[in-house]
Amino acid sequence: MNELPQQLVNGLLLGSMYGLVAIGYTMVYGIVQLINFAHGEIFMTGAFGALTVYMYILPDGTSMLIALPLMLIGAVIVSTTVAVGAERFAYRPLRGAPRLAPLITAIGLSLALQQAVWAWYPDAKSARPFPQIDGGPFHIGDVTIQTGDIFLLIAAPVSMALLGYFVMRTRTGRGMQATAQDPDTAKLMGVNTDRIIVVAFALGAVFAAVGGVAYGLKYGQIEFKMGFILGLKAFTAAVLGGIGNIYGAMIGGVVLGVAETLATAYIADIPGLDKFGSQSWADVWAFILLILVLLFRPQGLLGERVADRA
Amino acid sequence: MTALLEVEDLRVAYGKIEAVKGISFKVDAGEVVTLIGTNGAGKTTTLRTLSGLLKPVGGQIKFGGKSLKKVPAHQIVSLGLAHSPEGRHIFPRMTIEDNLRLGAFLRSDRPGIEKDIQRAYDLFPILGERRKQAAGTLSGGEQQMLAMGRALMSQPKLLMLDEPSMGLSPIMMQKIMATIAELKSQGTTILLVEQNAQAALSLADHGHVMEVGNIVLSGSGQDLLHDESVRKAYLGED
Repeated sequence: MNELPQQLVNGLLLGSMYGLVAIGYTMVYGIVQLINFAHGEIFMTGAFGALTVYMYILPDGTSMLIALPLMLIGAVIVSTTVAVGAERFAYRPLRGAPRLAPLITAIGLSLALQQAVWAWYPDAKSARPFPQIDGGPFHIGDVTIQTGDIFLLIAAPVSMALLGYFVMRTRTGRGMQATAQDPDTAKLMGVNTDRIIVVAFALGAVFAAVGGVAYGLKYGQIEFKMGFILGLKAFTAAVLGGIGNIYGAMIGGVVLGVAETLATAYIADIPGLDKFGSQSWADVWAFILLILVLLFRPQGLLGERVADRA
Repeated sequence: MTALLEVEDLRVAYGKIEAVKGISFKVDAGEVVTLIGTNGAGKTTTLRTLSGLLKPVGGQIKFGGKSLKKVPAHQIVSLGLAHSPEGRHIFPRMTIEDNLRLGAFLRSDRPGIEKDIQRAYDLFPILGERRKQAAGTLSGGEQQMLAMGRALMSQPKLLMLDEPSMGLSPIMMQKIMATIAELKSQGTTILLVEQNAQAALSLADHGHVMEVGNIVLSGSGQDLLHDESVRKAYLGED
Protein backbone atom coordinates (compact mmCIF):
# COMPACT_ATOMS: atom_id res chain seq x y z
CA MET A 1 0.00 0.00 0.00
CA ASN A 2 1.22 3.45 -0.90
CA GLU A 3 1.30 5.41 2.30
CA LEU A 4 2.36 8.75 0.82
CA PRO A 5 -1.21 10.17 0.55
CA GLN A 6 -1.77 9.30 4.21
CA GLN A 7 1.47 11.01 5.25
CA LEU A 8 0.56 14.09 3.23
CA VAL A 9 -2.85 14.29 4.91
CA ASN A 10 -1.27 13.83 8.33
CA GLY A 11 1.16 16.63 7.54
CA LEU A 12 -1.62 18.86 6.26
CA LEU A 13 -3.64 18.38 9.45
CA LEU A 14 -0.69 18.95 11.75
CA GLY A 15 0.31 21.94 9.63
CA SER A 16 -3.10 23.58 9.73
CA MET A 17 -2.93 23.46 13.52
CA TYR A 18 0.47 25.18 13.37
CA GLY A 19 -1.07 27.65 10.96
CA LEU A 20 -3.98 28.51 13.27
CA VAL A 21 -1.55 29.43 16.02
CA ALA A 22 0.87 31.13 13.61
CA ILE A 23 -1.84 33.65 12.63
CA GLY A 24 -1.58 35.26 16.07
CA TYR A 25 2.20 35.68 15.87
CA THR A 26 2.07 37.14 12.42
CA MET A 27 -0.83 39.50 13.03
CA VAL A 28 0.58 41.00 16.21
CA TYR A 29 4.01 41.29 14.60
CA GLY A 30 2.49 42.92 11.53
CA ILE A 31 0.80 45.61 13.60
CA VAL A 32 3.25 46.34 16.46
CA GLN A 33 6.49 44.54 15.42
CA LEU A 34 6.37 42.56 18.64
CA ILE A 35 7.00 38.83 18.81
CA ASN A 36 4.46 37.79 21.39
CA PHE A 37 6.27 34.80 22.85
CA ALA A 38 3.38 34.31 25.26
CA HIS A 39 1.15 33.39 22.33
CA GLY A 40 1.83 29.66 22.85
CA GLU A 41 0.35 30.09 26.33
CA ILE A 42 -2.67 31.90 24.91
CA PHE A 43 -3.19 28.74 22.86
CA MET A 44 -2.71 26.60 25.98
CA THR A 45 -5.13 28.60 28.16
CA GLY A 46 -7.70 28.33 25.34
CA ALA A 47 -7.49 24.54 25.52
CA PHE A 48 -7.94 24.69 29.29
CA GLY A 49 -10.88 27.05 28.83
CA ALA A 50 -12.56 24.43 26.66
CA LEU A 51 -11.79 21.69 29.19
CA THR A 52 -13.25 23.84 31.98
CA VAL A 53 -16.52 24.20 30.11
CA TYR A 54 -16.75 20.45 29.58
CA MET A 55 -15.63 19.30 33.03
CA TYR A 56 -16.99 21.93 35.38
CA ILE A 57 -19.84 23.75 33.65
CA LEU A 58 -21.72 21.30 31.46
CA PRO A 59 -23.58 18.40 33.13
CA ASP A 60 -21.83 15.03 32.94
CA GLY A 61 -22.45 13.06 29.79
CA THR A 62 -23.35 16.04 27.57
CA SER A 63 -23.10 14.94 23.94
CA MET A 64 -20.03 16.32 22.16
CA LEU A 65 -22.30 17.66 19.42
CA ILE A 66 -23.69 20.16 21.95
CA ALA A 67 -20.58 20.43 24.08
CA LEU A 68 -18.09 21.23 21.34
CA PRO A 69 -19.54 24.61 20.28
CA LEU A 70 -19.79 25.64 23.94
CA MET A 71 -16.24 24.47 24.60
CA LEU A 72 -15.12 26.52 21.64
CA ILE A 73 -16.83 29.58 23.07
CA GLY A 74 -15.18 28.93 26.44
CA ALA A 75 -11.78 28.59 24.77
CA VAL A 76 -12.26 31.84 22.83
CA ILE A 77 -13.34 33.75 25.94
CA VAL A 78 -10.35 32.58 27.99
CA SER A 79 -7.75 33.07 25.22
CA THR A 80 -9.07 36.49 24.27
CA THR A 81 -9.20 37.65 27.87
CA VAL A 82 -5.62 36.56 28.45
CA ALA A 83 -4.40 38.15 25.20
CA VAL A 84 -6.23 41.44 25.62
CA GLY A 85 -5.15 41.58 29.27
CA ALA A 86 -1.54 40.97 28.25
CA GLU A 87 -1.74 43.76 25.69
CA ARG A 88 -3.33 46.18 28.13
CA PHE A 89 -1.21 45.54 31.22
CA ALA A 90 2.06 44.04 29.95
CA TYR A 91 2.74 45.38 26.45
CA ARG A 92 0.94 48.73 26.16
CA PRO A 93 2.89 50.34 29.03
CA LEU A 94 6.06 49.39 27.15
CA ARG A 95 5.08 50.86 23.80
CA GLY A 96 7.91 53.05 22.63
CA ALA A 97 10.36 51.29 24.96
CA PRO A 98 13.45 49.61 23.43
CA ARG A 99 12.39 46.44 21.59
CA LEU A 100 14.15 44.16 24.03
CA ALA A 101 11.83 45.21 26.89
CA PRO A 102 8.55 43.86 25.46
CA LEU A 103 10.37 40.75 24.22
CA ILE A 104 11.63 39.92 27.70
CA THR A 105 8.18 40.74 29.07
CA ALA A 106 6.68 38.26 26.61
CA ILE A 107 9.01 35.49 27.76
CA GLY A 108 8.25 36.30 31.39
CA LEU A 109 4.53 36.32 30.72
CA SER A 110 4.83 32.97 28.95
CA LEU A 111 6.47 31.38 32.00
CA ALA A 112 4.03 33.05 34.39
CA LEU A 113 1.00 31.73 32.50
CA GLN A 114 2.44 28.21 32.35
CA GLN A 115 3.17 28.21 36.05
CA ALA A 116 -0.20 29.71 36.93
CA VAL A 117 -2.00 26.88 35.18
CA TRP A 118 0.37 24.33 36.71
CA ALA A 119 -0.18 25.69 40.21
CA TRP A 120 -3.86 26.57 40.21
CA TYR A 121 -5.73 24.52 37.63
CA PRO A 122 -7.08 21.35 39.26
CA ASP A 123 -4.86 18.33 38.60
CA ALA A 124 -2.85 20.18 35.96
CA LYS A 125 0.52 18.98 37.33
CA SER A 126 0.30 16.22 34.74
CA ALA A 127 -1.57 15.94 31.45
CA ARG A 128 -5.37 16.04 31.65
CA PRO A 129 -7.53 13.97 29.33
CA PHE A 130 -9.56 15.98 26.81
CA PRO A 131 -13.06 14.88 25.78
CA GLN A 132 -13.20 13.05 22.47
CA ILE A 133 -15.71 12.88 19.65
CA ASP A 134 -17.29 9.42 19.41
CA GLY A 135 -17.17 7.33 16.27
CA GLY A 136 -14.54 5.51 14.32
CA PRO A 137 -12.09 6.97 11.84
CA PHE A 138 -13.13 7.87 8.31
CA HIS A 139 -11.63 6.22 5.27
CA ILE A 140 -11.24 7.91 1.91
CA GLY A 141 -9.46 5.46 -0.38
CA ASP A 142 -6.16 4.63 1.30
CA VAL A 143 -6.38 7.63 3.59
CA THR A 144 -7.65 7.39 7.14
CA ILE A 145 -8.79 10.48 9.00
CA GLN A 146 -9.17 10.23 12.76
CA THR A 147 -12.44 11.54 14.23
CA GLY A 148 -10.56 14.11 16.31
CA ASP A 149 -9.05 15.59 13.15
CA ILE A 150 -12.42 16.26 11.49
CA PHE A 151 -12.74 19.42 13.57
CA LEU A 152 -9.38 20.69 12.31
CA LEU A 153 -10.26 19.78 8.75
CA ILE A 154 -13.34 22.00 8.90
CA ALA A 155 -12.24 24.71 11.33
CA ALA A 156 -8.94 25.66 9.66
CA PRO A 157 -10.24 26.56 6.18
CA VAL A 158 -13.42 28.14 7.54
CA SER A 159 -11.56 30.41 9.93
CA MET A 160 -9.01 31.34 7.24
CA ALA A 161 -11.81 32.32 4.87
CA LEU A 162 -13.50 34.41 7.56
CA LEU A 163 -10.20 36.12 8.39
CA GLY A 164 -9.52 36.88 4.73
CA TYR A 165 -12.97 38.43 4.41
CA PHE A 166 -12.49 40.43 7.59
CA VAL A 167 -9.11 41.87 6.63
CA MET A 168 -9.97 42.67 3.01
CA ARG A 169 -13.59 43.72 3.21
CA THR A 170 -14.43 45.29 6.56
CA ARG A 171 -13.56 48.79 7.71
CA THR A 172 -11.64 47.51 10.73
CA GLY A 173 -9.73 45.13 8.44
CA ARG A 174 -8.69 47.94 6.14
CA GLY A 175 -7.71 49.96 9.19
CA MET A 176 -5.53 47.01 10.20
CA GLN A 177 -3.78 46.92 6.84
CA ALA A 178 -3.17 50.64 7.02
CA THR A 179 -1.81 50.41 10.57
CA ALA A 180 0.51 47.58 9.58
CA GLN A 181 1.95 49.62 6.71
CA ASP A 182 2.21 53.04 8.36
CA PRO A 183 0.72 53.62 11.82
CA ASP A 184 1.10 57.42 11.97
CA THR A 185 -0.46 57.93 8.57
CA ALA A 186 -3.25 55.51 9.50
CA LYS A 187 -4.06 57.87 12.39
CA LEU A 188 -4.23 60.77 9.95
CA MET A 189 -6.88 58.81 8.03
CA GLY A 190 -8.93 58.47 11.22
CA VAL A 191 -7.89 54.93 12.18
CA ASN A 192 -7.89 54.39 15.93
CA THR A 193 -4.63 52.48 16.01
CA ASP A 194 -4.85 51.66 19.73
CA ARG A 195 -8.09 49.83 19.02
CA ILE A 196 -6.56 48.08 16.00
CA ILE A 197 -3.77 46.71 18.20
CA VAL A 198 -6.33 45.27 20.62
CA VAL A 199 -8.24 43.74 17.70
CA ALA A 200 -5.03 42.11 16.42
CA PHE A 201 -4.33 40.53 19.81
CA ALA A 202 -7.95 39.41 20.17
CA LEU A 203 -8.17 37.91 16.67
CA GLY A 204 -4.89 36.07 17.15
CA ALA A 205 -6.29 34.70 20.40
CA VAL A 206 -9.47 33.48 18.70
CA PHE A 207 -7.36 31.48 16.25
CA ALA A 208 -5.16 30.18 19.05
CA ALA A 209 -8.30 29.06 20.91
CA VAL A 210 -9.53 27.15 17.87
CA GLY A 211 -6.05 25.62 17.63
CA GLY A 212 -6.14 24.71 21.33
CA VAL A 213 -9.43 22.84 20.96
CA ALA A 214 -8.08 21.13 17.83
CA TYR A 215 -4.99 20.04 19.78
CA GLY A 216 -7.11 18.54 22.56
CA LEU A 217 -9.28 16.63 20.11
CA LYS A 218 -6.26 15.45 18.12
CA TYR A 219 -4.06 14.24 20.96
CA GLY A 220 -6.71 13.43 23.58
CA GLN A 221 -4.92 15.30 26.36
CA ILE A 222 -3.68 18.77 27.22
CA GLU A 223 -1.08 20.04 29.66
CA PHE A 224 0.30 23.30 30.99
CA LYS A 225 3.45 23.18 28.86
CA MET A 226 1.78 22.24 25.57
CA GLY A 227 2.13 25.82 24.32
CA PHE A 228 5.90 25.88 24.47
CA ILE A 229 6.98 23.61 21.60
CA LEU A 230 3.80 24.23 19.65
CA GLY A 231 4.31 27.97 20.07
CA LEU A 232 7.84 27.66 18.73
CA LYS A 233 6.60 25.62 15.79
CA ALA A 234 3.85 28.13 15.06
CA PHE A 235 6.35 30.97 15.28
CA THR A 236 8.55 29.03 12.85
CA ALA A 237 5.54 28.67 10.55
CA ALA A 238 4.92 32.42 10.70
CA VAL A 239 8.54 33.18 9.80
CA LEU A 240 8.51 30.50 7.13
CA GLY A 241 5.45 32.01 5.46
CA GLY A 242 6.74 35.55 5.79
CA ILE A 243 6.01 37.22 9.11
CA GLY A 244 3.27 39.83 8.89
CA ASN A 245 1.43 37.97 6.13
CA ILE A 246 -1.70 36.12 7.33
CA TYR A 247 -1.91 33.76 4.36
CA GLY A 248 1.81 33.14 4.72
CA ALA A 249 1.22 31.97 8.29
CA MET A 250 -1.19 29.26 7.18
CA ILE A 251 0.98 28.24 4.21
CA GLY A 252 4.07 28.22 6.43
CA GLY A 253 2.21 26.02 8.90
CA VAL A 254 1.19 23.53 6.23
CA VAL A 255 4.68 23.43 4.71
CA LEU A 256 6.18 22.86 8.14
CA GLY A 257 3.65 20.18 9.06
CA VAL A 258 4.10 18.28 5.80
CA ALA A 259 7.90 18.54 5.90
CA GLU A 260 8.00 17.33 9.48
CA THR A 261 5.68 14.41 8.81
CA LEU A 262 7.48 13.31 5.65
CA ALA A 263 10.87 13.59 7.32
CA THR A 264 9.71 11.41 10.18
CA ALA A 265 8.22 8.87 7.78
CA TYR A 266 10.89 8.61 5.10
CA ILE A 267 14.29 9.76 6.33
CA ALA A 268 14.85 6.43 8.10
CA ASP A 269 14.55 4.71 4.71
CA ILE A 270 17.61 6.50 3.40
CA PRO A 271 20.60 4.21 3.92
CA GLY A 272 22.80 5.40 6.75
CA LEU A 273 20.14 7.78 8.11
CA ASP A 274 18.03 5.12 9.83
CA LYS A 275 18.70 6.71 13.23
CA PHE A 276 17.22 10.09 12.24
CA GLY A 277 13.70 9.09 11.31
CA SER A 278 12.04 8.69 14.66
CA GLN A 279 9.36 11.02 16.04
CA SER A 280 11.86 12.58 18.42
CA TRP A 281 13.74 13.93 15.41
CA ALA A 282 10.65 15.69 14.02
CA ASP A 283 11.40 18.95 15.84
CA VAL A 284 14.97 18.87 14.58
CA TRP A 285 13.82 18.67 10.96
CA ALA A 286 11.30 21.45 11.56
CA PHE A 287 13.94 23.84 12.83
CA ILE A 288 16.45 22.83 10.16
CA LEU A 289 13.81 23.84 7.63
CA LEU A 290 13.52 27.20 9.39
CA ILE A 291 17.28 27.71 9.22
CA LEU A 292 17.33 26.87 5.52
CA VAL A 293 14.53 29.29 4.75
CA LEU A 294 16.21 32.03 6.76
CA LEU A 295 19.42 31.42 4.81
CA PHE A 296 17.96 31.38 1.33
CA ARG A 297 14.74 33.37 1.60
CA PRO A 298 14.92 35.47 4.75
CA GLN A 299 11.68 37.32 3.98
CA GLY A 300 9.79 34.00 4.08
CA LEU A 301 7.76 32.29 1.39
CA LEU A 302 5.18 35.07 0.92
CA GLY A 303 6.99 37.92 2.68
CA GLU A 304 7.84 41.18 0.99
CA ARG A 305 11.39 42.27 0.59
CA VAL A 306 12.23 44.97 3.08
CA ALA A 307 12.76 47.46 0.26
CA ASP A 308 9.05 47.29 -0.55
CA ARG A 309 8.31 48.81 2.80
CA ALA A 310 10.22 52.03 2.15
CA MET B 1 -15.95 86.21 11.79
CA THR B 2 -13.61 83.88 13.64
CA ALA B 3 -10.79 82.22 11.79
CA LEU B 4 -11.05 78.55 10.74
CA LEU B 5 -7.75 77.74 12.40
CA GLU B 6 -6.23 79.76 15.21
CA VAL B 7 -2.83 78.89 16.61
CA GLU B 8 -1.74 80.82 19.66
CA ASP B 9 1.65 80.74 21.34
CA LEU B 10 2.12 77.10 20.29
CA ARG B 11 5.13 75.38 21.79
CA VAL B 12 6.25 71.83 20.94
CA ALA B 13 9.28 69.99 22.30
CA TYR B 14 11.09 66.72 21.62
CA GLY B 15 12.23 65.85 25.12
CA LYS B 16 13.98 68.98 26.38
CA ILE B 17 14.57 70.46 22.97
CA GLU B 18 11.96 72.96 21.91
CA ALA B 19 11.31 72.70 18.19
CA VAL B 20 8.47 75.22 18.09
CA LYS B 21 8.91 78.12 20.48
CA GLY B 22 5.61 79.92 20.77
CA ILE B 23 4.19 80.68 17.34
CA SER B 24 0.84 82.28 16.53
CA PHE B 25 -0.98 82.47 13.22
CA LYS B 26 -4.42 81.96 11.78
CA VAL B 27 -6.04 80.63 8.64
CA ASP B 28 -9.38 82.04 7.41
CA ALA B 29 -11.78 79.95 5.37
CA GLY B 30 -10.98 80.11 1.67
CA GLU B 31 -7.40 81.30 2.14
CA VAL B 32 -4.08 79.74 1.28
CA VAL B 33 -1.57 80.30 4.06
CA THR B 34 2.02 79.18 3.78
CA LEU B 35 4.76 78.51 6.29
CA ILE B 36 8.18 78.79 4.71
CA GLY B 37 11.62 78.33 6.12
CA THR B 38 14.67 76.12 6.01
CA ASN B 39 15.04 72.57 7.26
CA GLY B 40 14.61 72.36 11.01
CA ALA B 41 12.63 75.57 11.29
CA GLY B 42 9.73 73.69 12.90
CA LYS B 43 7.27 73.69 10.00
CA THR B 44 6.66 69.94 9.90
CA THR B 45 6.55 69.80 13.69
CA THR B 46 3.82 72.45 13.59
CA LEU B 47 1.70 70.45 11.15
CA ARG B 48 2.19 67.19 13.02
CA THR B 49 1.05 68.93 16.19
CA LEU B 50 -2.03 70.36 14.47
CA SER B 51 -3.08 66.87 13.40
CA GLY B 52 -2.46 65.43 16.86
CA LEU B 53 0.56 63.22 16.12
CA LEU B 54 2.61 65.35 18.52
CA LYS B 55 1.37 66.84 21.78
CA PRO B 56 2.14 70.52 22.40
CA VAL B 57 3.79 71.59 25.65
CA GLY B 58 1.97 74.90 25.60
CA GLY B 59 -0.33 77.20 23.71
CA GLN B 60 -3.68 76.87 22.04
CA ILE B 61 -4.96 75.35 18.81
CA LYS B 62 -8.53 76.17 17.88
CA PHE B 63 -10.14 74.68 14.81
CA GLY B 64 -13.62 75.96 13.95
CA GLY B 65 -13.68 77.58 17.38
CA LYS B 66 -13.02 74.24 19.15
CA SER B 67 -9.84 73.48 21.07
CA LEU B 68 -7.90 70.52 19.67
CA LYS B 69 -5.91 70.03 22.85
CA LYS B 70 -7.75 66.94 24.08
CA VAL B 71 -8.66 65.46 20.68
CA PRO B 72 -6.69 62.29 19.79
CA ALA B 73 -4.99 62.16 16.39
CA HIS B 74 -7.45 59.71 14.86
CA GLN B 75 -10.43 61.98 15.57
CA ILE B 76 -8.93 65.14 14.10
CA VAL B 77 -9.66 64.24 10.49
CA SER B 78 -13.36 63.86 11.34
CA LEU B 79 -13.40 67.53 12.38
CA GLY B 80 -12.35 68.52 8.87
CA LEU B 81 -8.59 68.83 9.16
CA ALA B 82 -6.74 66.68 6.62
CA HIS B 83 -2.97 66.27 6.50
CA SER B 84 -0.88 65.21 3.53
CA PRO B 85 2.36 64.39 5.34
CA GLU B 86 5.95 65.18 4.48
CA GLY B 87 7.46 62.36 2.45
CA ARG B 88 3.97 61.51 1.12
CA HIS B 89 3.49 58.34 3.19
CA ILE B 90 1.14 56.60 0.83
CA PHE B 91 0.32 52.96 1.74
CA PRO B 92 2.79 51.22 -0.58
CA ARG B 93 1.26 47.74 -0.68
CA MET B 94 -2.27 48.91 -1.35
CA THR B 95 -3.65 49.86 -4.72
CA ILE B 96 -4.12 53.49 -5.63
CA GLU B 97 -7.86 53.12 -5.31
CA ASP B 98 -7.58 51.53 -1.86
CA ASN B 99 -5.33 54.39 -0.80
CA LEU B 100 -8.00 56.85 -1.85
CA ARG B 101 -10.66 54.83 -0.02
CA LEU B 102 -8.60 55.00 3.15
CA GLY B 103 -8.71 58.76 2.85
CA ALA B 104 -12.47 58.35 3.26
CA PHE B 105 -12.03 55.88 6.14
CA LEU B 106 -14.58 57.55 8.42
CA ARG B 107 -17.16 58.31 5.75
CA SER B 108 -20.11 56.02 5.13
CA ASP B 109 -21.79 57.73 2.16
CA ARG B 110 -20.90 55.25 -0.57
CA PRO B 111 -22.14 57.28 -3.57
CA GLY B 112 -20.34 60.36 -2.25
CA ILE B 113 -17.11 58.40 -1.86
CA GLU B 114 -17.35 57.05 -5.42
CA LYS B 115 -17.97 60.57 -6.69
CA ASP B 116 -14.93 61.91 -4.83
CA ILE B 117 -12.73 59.08 -6.13
CA GLN B 118 -13.80 60.09 -9.62
CA ARG B 119 -13.00 63.69 -8.73
CA ALA B 120 -9.50 62.67 -7.65
CA TYR B 121 -9.04 60.87 -10.99
CA ASP B 122 -10.24 63.97 -12.84
CA LEU B 123 -7.75 66.07 -10.91
CA PHE B 124 -4.93 63.54 -11.48
CA PRO B 125 -5.74 61.45 -14.60
CA ILE B 126 -2.59 59.34 -14.17
CA LEU B 127 -4.01 57.93 -10.92
CA GLY B 128 -7.17 56.84 -12.72
CA GLU B 129 -5.14 55.02 -15.35
CA ARG B 130 -3.30 53.07 -12.67
CA ARG B 131 -6.04 52.63 -10.10
CA LYS B 132 -5.38 48.90 -9.59
CA GLN B 133 -1.62 49.28 -9.32
CA ALA B 134 0.21 49.05 -5.96
CA ALA B 135 0.90 52.60 -4.82
CA GLY B 136 4.52 51.75 -4.00
CA THR B 137 5.25 51.40 -7.72
CA LEU B 138 4.38 55.04 -8.49
CA SER B 139 6.99 57.71 -9.12
CA GLY B 140 7.59 60.36 -6.47
CA GLY B 141 5.40 62.92 -8.19
CA GLU B 142 2.58 60.44 -8.70
CA GLN B 143 2.82 59.46 -5.05
CA GLN B 144 2.51 63.12 -4.15
CA MET B 145 -0.64 63.36 -6.26
CA LEU B 146 -2.01 60.30 -4.51
CA ALA B 147 -1.22 61.73 -1.07
CA MET B 148 -3.05 64.94 -1.97
CA GLY B 149 -5.96 63.07 -3.50
CA ARG B 150 -6.17 60.88 -0.44
CA ALA B 151 -6.24 63.88 1.90
CA LEU B 152 -9.05 65.43 -0.16
CA MET B 153 -11.13 62.24 0.20
CA SER B 154 -12.08 63.24 3.75
CA GLN B 155 -13.78 66.38 2.35
CA PRO B 156 -11.64 68.60 4.58
CA LYS B 157 -12.43 72.13 5.66
CA LEU B 158 -8.68 72.69 5.81
CA LEU B 159 -6.09 70.83 3.76
CA MET B 160 -2.57 70.77 5.19
CA LEU B 161 0.15 70.00 2.66
CA ASP B 162 3.65 69.32 3.95
CA GLU B 163 6.40 69.87 1.38
CA PRO B 164 4.41 68.72 -1.65
CA SER B 165 7.26 69.66 -4.00
CA MET B 166 10.01 67.86 -2.08
CA GLY B 167 12.28 65.75 -4.25
CA LEU B 168 10.33 66.34 -7.44
CA SER B 169 11.59 67.24 -10.90
CA PRO B 170 10.94 70.87 -11.94
CA ILE B 171 8.21 69.77 -14.34
CA MET B 172 6.45 67.66 -11.72
CA MET B 173 6.83 70.48 -9.20
CA GLN B 174 5.06 72.86 -11.60
CA LYS B 175 2.27 70.35 -12.03
CA ILE B 176 1.77 69.99 -8.29
CA MET B 177 1.82 73.74 -7.78
CA ALA B 178 -0.69 74.19 -10.60
CA THR B 179 -2.95 71.68 -8.88
CA ILE B 180 -2.70 73.59 -5.61
CA ALA B 181 -3.66 76.75 -7.51
CA GLU B 182 -6.60 74.89 -9.00
CA LEU B 183 -7.73 73.68 -5.56
CA LYS B 184 -7.43 77.26 -4.32
CA SER B 185 -9.62 78.54 -7.14
CA GLN B 186 -12.22 75.93 -6.17
CA GLY B 187 -12.30 77.50 -2.72
CA THR B 188 -10.27 74.90 -0.78
CA THR B 189 -8.63 76.31 2.34
CA ILE B 190 -4.99 75.27 2.40
CA LEU B 191 -2.14 75.47 4.88
CA LEU B 192 0.97 74.90 2.81
CA VAL B 193 4.41 74.13 4.20
CA GLU B 194 7.20 74.56 1.67
CA GLN B 195 10.91 74.99 1.27
CA ASN B 196 10.27 76.23 -2.23
CA ALA B 197 9.45 79.74 -1.05
CA GLN B 198 9.04 81.26 -4.50
CA ALA B 199 6.31 78.86 -5.55
CA ALA B 200 4.56 78.87 -2.19
CA LEU B 201 4.50 82.65 -1.79
CA SER B 202 3.20 83.27 -5.30
CA LEU B 203 0.18 81.13 -4.44
CA ALA B 204 -0.45 82.23 -0.89
CA ASP B 205 -2.73 84.89 0.51
CA HIS B 206 -0.61 85.02 3.64
CA GLY B 207 2.83 83.75 4.48
CA HIS B 208 4.89 83.28 7.60
CA VAL B 209 8.63 82.82 7.64
CA MET B 210 9.88 80.39 10.29
CA GLU B 211 13.38 80.24 11.68
CA VAL B 212 14.47 77.81 14.43
CA GLY B 213 11.04 77.48 15.96
CA ASN B 214 9.86 81.07 15.67
CA ILE B 215 7.86 83.05 13.15
CA VAL B 216 10.23 85.88 12.27
CA LEU B 217 8.24 87.58 9.53
CA SER B 218 4.62 87.59 8.39
CA GLY B 219 2.81 89.27 5.55
CA SER B 220 0.79 88.79 2.43
CA GLY B 221 2.24 86.39 -0.10
CA GLN B 222 3.07 89.17 -2.51
CA ASP B 223 4.68 91.37 0.16
CA LEU B 224 6.93 88.57 1.33
CA LEU B 225 7.80 87.65 -2.23
CA HIS B 226 9.13 91.15 -2.69
CA ASP B 227 10.66 91.53 0.75
CA GLU B 228 14.37 92.05 0.54
CA SER B 229 15.37 89.86 3.48
CA VAL B 230 13.16 87.01 2.25
CA ARG B 231 14.64 87.28 -1.23
CA LYS B 232 18.12 87.10 0.23
CA ALA B 233 17.51 84.26 2.65
CA TYR B 234 15.10 82.02 0.77
CA LEU B 235 15.04 82.93 -2.88
CA GLY B 236 18.75 82.65 -3.41
CA GLU B 237 19.44 86.28 -4.31
CA ASP B 238 22.44 88.27 -3.13
